[in-house]
Order: sequence, then structure tokens, then C-alpha cells
Amino acid sequence: MTATPRIGVLALQGDVREHALALAEVGAEVARVRSAADLGSVEALVIPGGESTTMSKLALSNDLMEPLREARRAGMPMYGSCAGMIMLADRVTDARPDQETIGGIDITVRRNAFGRQVDSFESDLIVAGIGADPLHAVFIRAPWVESAGPEVEVLASVVSEVGAGTIVAVRQGPLLATSFHPELTGDLRIHRMFVEIVRHSR
Amino acid sequence: MSNVPAVVGTERVKRGMAEMLKGGVIMDVVNVEQAKIAEDAGAVAVMALERVPADIRAEGGVSRMSDPDMIDAIVAAVSIPVMAKARIGHFAEAQILQSLGVDYIDESEVLSPADYANHIDKWQFTVPFVCGATNLGEALRRLTEGAAMIRSKGEAGTGDVSNAVTHMRKILGQIRSLTSMSKDELYVAAKELQAPYDLVKEVADTGRLPVVLFTAGGIATPADAALMMQLGADGVFVGSGIFKSGDPAKRAEAIVQATLHYDSPDVVAKVSRGLGEAMVGLNVADIPVHHRLEDRGW
Repeated sequence: MTATPRIGVLALQGDVREHALALAEVGAEVARVRSAADLGSVEALVIPGGESTTMSKLALSNDLMEPLREARRAGMPMYGSCAGMIMLADRVTDARPDQETIGGIDITVRRNAFGRQVDSFESDLIVAGIGADPLHAVFIRAPWVESAGPEVEVLASVVSEVGAGTIVAVRQGPLLATSFHPELTGDLRIHRMFVEIVRHSR
Repeated sequence: MSNVPAVVGTERVKRGMAEMLKGGVIMDVVNVEQAKIAEDAGAVAVMALERVPADIRAEGGVSRMSDPDMIDAIVAAVSIPVMAKARIGHFAEAQILQSLGVDYIDESEVLSPADYANHIDKWQFTVPFVCGATNLGEALRRLTEGAAMIRSKGEAGTGDVSNAVTHMRKILGQIRSLTSMSKDELYVAAKELQAPYDLVKEVADTGRLPVVLFTAGGIATPADAALMMQLGADGVFVGSGIFKSGDPAKRAEAIVQATLHYDSPDVVAKVSRGLGEAMVGLNVADIPVHHRLEDRGW
């Protein structure tokens, strides 16, 4: 199939615009998703960076959490960056006890694992599946993956001194997640990879 | 790969932090209890300060940075980002706030200015800054000093949204007029805006500020939030409007939902019901000019 993939961006809060621009640039048709009806009109979903506590609350108060879980269980490809990674994680630590997620990736993520905003940083990474050139990654109050189940493919780990060895990009089937924000740098390789996942999931 | 550097405090992580707050509501809080109400309501961050603007206005006196113990307690109590205010030009207060680990500093006209000529050199800090602006030139001067986020000033502590509207329309209107200028006219525009040519040129080329633009100062109802979002704000600061009202928890959540659904009048109507009394409010026109906060900042 060569039809243009129609990909939604969860537009409850966060850097929706930056993901929408990146997706459009790699050839997707983009729609903003704020309701179950919006979700029904897309074949894949990006969950943007933002504040995961808020995003989770808004998904619940707008009756979107269950439809999101159903779509995920039905096999909808999803990609989450930062807060989006937290939303796709089966387990979260250092969060409010009532924080709910969509889940689907068998990982435990630690919120704000690298520290507060003064510890937010930029560094280079090698990401499996996007070529040998390092990717310049931006981490903002970022989570990391504390532990990953056997079905989870680890795509990248931190190589700089701070947090060296911690897992920051994972994939499980049609679900993709990064601790960092490729939507802020203009490097489109992660978005391109996601569009490939969407095409192969058809 | 080994020995790869990790760089903190870059322009990108500072501005990027504000991108993550978009579509959200940042609420003024003066204690742990209010911070928890704000977080429960879906605030995207809280602003810790010792008195909300309405009280600063009513009580008078010099307003300063908050007590570090109070900021520590709020940081410990919530999982969302914590911002705090420093006086205009008071770089030592800002240094303290950075050392306390706040996530963003508001160099704010709501507090008493410490310097009537200079703002803080914000490039010297790892923590990012948000600053108020009443027009595009002021916004661009703050960016030149290193601010990573701008908010329209409005008139804090009034519950009167009119100045927030004026400032947002002014900033966005000036941006629109830049985009229609010929290249040679931009030199004069930079002179008139009292802002660096390179930044003026960048705004003219892209049609937007290079940072996130929130609104602040007088937002008291869900309808106010919806109005400001429709005018083009990326998000909303609410100061006295929540905790000076009859039912803060309910009003806080209503403003969060109105900010998300700003273009759906049905939803804004629904969340506007049964909120109890709004803050009493003060018409900006009734405030003597020398008591207006919008004129602080240069």
C-alpha cells in the first residue's frame, strides 16, 4: 500500500505543533486528536512531549483514556516522546500514585529521572535502526527506562557521563518511545522510522 | 561512542521546556495546599509566590521573592514543574531560586522592581526565565537578555482581562505587520521596536516569536482563558483568579478544560456553570496610573 498514512497527534497538551510539523515533513497526513471520534479517524498516533501528570488527567477527564487503550490493544501504532513515553509505559515510578497510562510497552519508566529542569541536557546518541550517524538528542525533565521486559527492543542508551547506560529509546511491536524530543531538533529520522512502522502495520 | 558531552542550560533545553507547557495552565500558589489543588485540577505547572497579586495590590509594601522554605515545600509536594518569581533586575534572588532547583524563574513586574534600568542577564543562568511584555519590542528585548518564554503582562491582581487582551493583540499585531514589510523597512522597524535587527528579521521571516507566548494578568474565568487562547496565546497563567474565588478547586479545573477546549463554546459553557463567585475584581481604569504593574519593565 502506498496511501499516505494518516497520523494523529494527541492534542491534550504539550508540543503538538512540533510533532505535527515533523510528521508532515516526512509525508504523513496529520490530524489533531482530542476526542474518541478524532482517534477513530487516524491509523496511528503520536503522543507528544508535555507534562505527563496533566496529560494523564486530561485523558481521563475527557473520556479518552479507555478509547486510547482500546486502540492500542487493537494494534494501532503509537509513538511517544518524553511524556508520551510515560503514557505508553506499563509501569511508572516517581509519579503520583493515581497517574494512569495507556500502557502497552513492558517497561518501568522513572519520571524526571535525570533531575529537574536545571539538569535538562543535550547529547549525542546512536539509535538502532536509523543509520550510523549519531542523533543529537534533547532531554527535558526527561524520564528513563528503569527496566524492560523480554519483548522490548532497546534502541538507544545514554553514552554521556550523566546517566550513562540508561535506556532512552525502545520499541515493542508497533509501539515506539523515546525519552528525548526529536521533534525539537529537525532530525526527522525517528519520525521517518515511525511512519515505516505504520506502513508495515497495515 | 564514548566521552560524549552532555550540555545543560542550552537555549534549546530552556525554550524546549516552555514548549512542553503549551496548551496548559500555570497557577499562582502561596502554599502546599494550594499547590496540590492546582496539580489535582490539571495545572501544567505552579508558580510559587508569597502573596498573590490581588493581595500585593491590597496590602501594598515591597514584594519580594518567596521564602526558600515555602518553595522547598512546594517542590516536594507536587510532581509538576515549579516556577518562582524574582524581582526585575534582582539577579541575586534569581541565583537563590536556581540553587533551590525551581524549574523556571519569572522575572516579574508583579514584585517590586529591584533595578529601574536593567533586567537580569538571563544568559548567566542554567535555569530558564519567563518575562512579561506589553508589546513586541519589549518581548524581543527580553529575549535578547536571555528569556526563553514570554507572557503578555496584562494587569495582575485585577480579574480584569482587558490589559491581557490589549497586550496580546499588540504583540501579535506587530508580528503580523512585520511579515508584510519589505526587507529595507525592517531596519526602521527594528529601530522603532528598540530591538535587535536579527531578531526582528527572524520574526518577520517566521511570522511568530521564536519562543512560546503565554498570557497573564487578569484571567479569572473559563471564558477569559478561551478568549486569550483564541487570540493566539500558547497557554495561560492564572494568578489571583483561582484562589481568590469562591470554589478554587472547581474553578481551577474549569479553566484547565476551557484552555484545552478553547474553540468549543459548548464545552466552555458547560465548565462555566456552578463555579461560585469569581474574584471580586478591580477595573484597570480605576487604578491610578502609578499603581499599575504593566508599566514596570523597560
